Amino acid sequence: MKAQLIRYAHARSGDKGDTANIGVIARKPEYYPLLVSYLTAERVAEHFSGICLGKVERFELPNLHALNFLLHEALGGGGTKSLKNDAQGKTLSCVMLRMEMDIDDA
Amino acid sequence: MRPSIRIASGQGFWGDLPNAPIDQVRKGPIDYLVMDYLAEVTMSILQKQKLKDPSLGYARDLIPLIAEILPEIVSRGIRVITNGGGVNPLSCRDALFEVARRKGIQRLRIAVVRGDDILRNIDSLTATGAPLANMETGEPLSSIRQRLISANVYFGAAPIVEALQQGAQIVITGRTTDTGLTLAPMIHEFGWRQDDWDRLASGTVAGHILECGAQASGGNFLGDWRSVPDLAHVGFPIAEAFPDGTFVVTKHQGTGGLVSEATVKEQLLYELGDPAFYITPDCVADFTTIRLEGAGPDRVRVWGVKGRPATEFYKVSMAYQDGYTAVGTLTYAWPDAVEKARAADRILRIRLADLGLSFEEIRSELLGLDSSFGPRSAEIAEPNEVVLRIGVRGQDRDAVERFGREIAPLVLTGPPSVTGFAGGRPRPSEVIAYWPALLRKALVTPLVETAAL
Repeated sequence: MKAQLIRYAHARSGDKGDTANIGVIARKPEYYPLLVSYLTAERVAEHFSGICLGKVERFELPNLHALNFLLHEALGGGGTKSLKNDAQGKTLSCVMLRMEMDIDDA
Repeated sequence: MRPSIRIASGQGFWGDLPNAPIDQVRKGPIDYLVMDYLAEVTMSILQKQKLKDPSLGYARDLIPLIAEILPEIVSRGIRVITNGGGVNPLSCRDALFEVARRKGIQRLRIAVVRGDDILRNIDSLTATGAPLANMETGEPLSSIRQRLISANVYFGAAPIVEALQQGAQIVITGRTTDTGLTLAPMIHEFGWRQDDWDRLASGTVAGHILECGAQASGGNFLGDWRSVPDLAHVGFPIAEAFPDGTFVVTKHQGTGGLVSEATVKEQLLYELGDPAFYITPDCVADFTTIRLEGAGPDRVRVWGVKGRPATEFYKVSMAYQDGYTAVGTLTYAWPDAVEKARAADRILRIRLADLGLSFEEIRSELLGLDSSFGPRSAEIAEPNEVVLRIGVRGQDRDAVERFGREIAPLVLTGPPSVTGFAGGRPRPSEVIAYWPALLRKALVTPLVETAAL
């Protein structure tokens, strides 16, 4: 079965220098295990290839049914150095939520 | 001891909704108003203003704002805590005293927290063995020492607590952490010990929720943005804090916006690193221990937060000059909007190369097509219009300035049906790069100075 991540999660993203963070939150507690098993750091790195030039780290917050991702070297240098329209990574949450999931792979 | 206190967020950043702090004071009961004005590069901007005029260097918007609410603050005993003092909190205080005199206020105590500005002590600090190397890249400070514009230690809640204990009604600080502004009144009111790590961590979590203003109360809420009522009159968040460290996130009745588990969760994850180690000068908070649940309309109760001992270091935020950027935009209309925008981009790059101009980076994005999604952009058959946004960065100001003069000519010397060049020629703007470092706490001391009208 195929589905877009936005069906199961919402998200917020922001910046720390040239690193973007994306918090991904399960829309219902019962969706959290799916996020944990499907949204591996490797899959997220693959999804953001060409956008995130460094490594991707993942942290689990089971108490909030959420995952936090750090995308290093994703903001064109960050701060006032970046030439990106979205220098602060505010819309990267949407890029994440557009991910097409093959649920059978979870 | 009061059974609980209400701490209201008045500004999430310098430039936030001007009426928000006024609404926080007028639309319901609060005990404290906290206002965060300082982003990472703000101190360098303020440092430059102070160089031009020694009486400047603080968030000037603060003065007319306080002028508006000062009589109510004084009569109701609301205490105001803000880091809007920037690099010149003493001048900020004097300007506030001036406002108070004009308003006929009889008694007012204002405290100033200083000592965070270490720009003038940098060389003596490095001489005494503080490397101040870049904590992310490891590079030595010497590589940018000559280009340094500002250097400020992030203080935590401690000096603000001291200011409150001295009876200050308004506390003006320089560089303090956003979270410290909210934590300080809890420590002061409830007498929390310096090593009560769990309660300090809980107050820090409350500070994180409040520090971006309405982002916790329905603003920028992706979960279900249509469900947020009356954002036009959005109420900024309020933390109702209790002596045991638990707190309720809420907002004034009758205001717009939404406080729900989902809106609070989104804000908890905003600009978060490793959630188990949220490091501040006050403690290390563990965000994986936060418990929360809805407790009625626009009320979310938070409890269970665990903390660990604070580290021996302050974080130092430094800024240095690192070249120039300029960005221009041109709008191309159907037919072939995308193809024409890409052709214009190629023509411009050839002209820049012919001029022998070199840049560290030239970046082109098509707004409406791919600026956010990059390689993940979906196909769009024939957009009605796209905006070509092209920017350059380099150390040579003249080259960046010359780039700005090459944009407008494309209107008459490039592909057709282009508009949207009303903003004028792109001007070079200075790149202020950020240099984070660590400094042993023993090497710097916060100064708290209270004065009365």
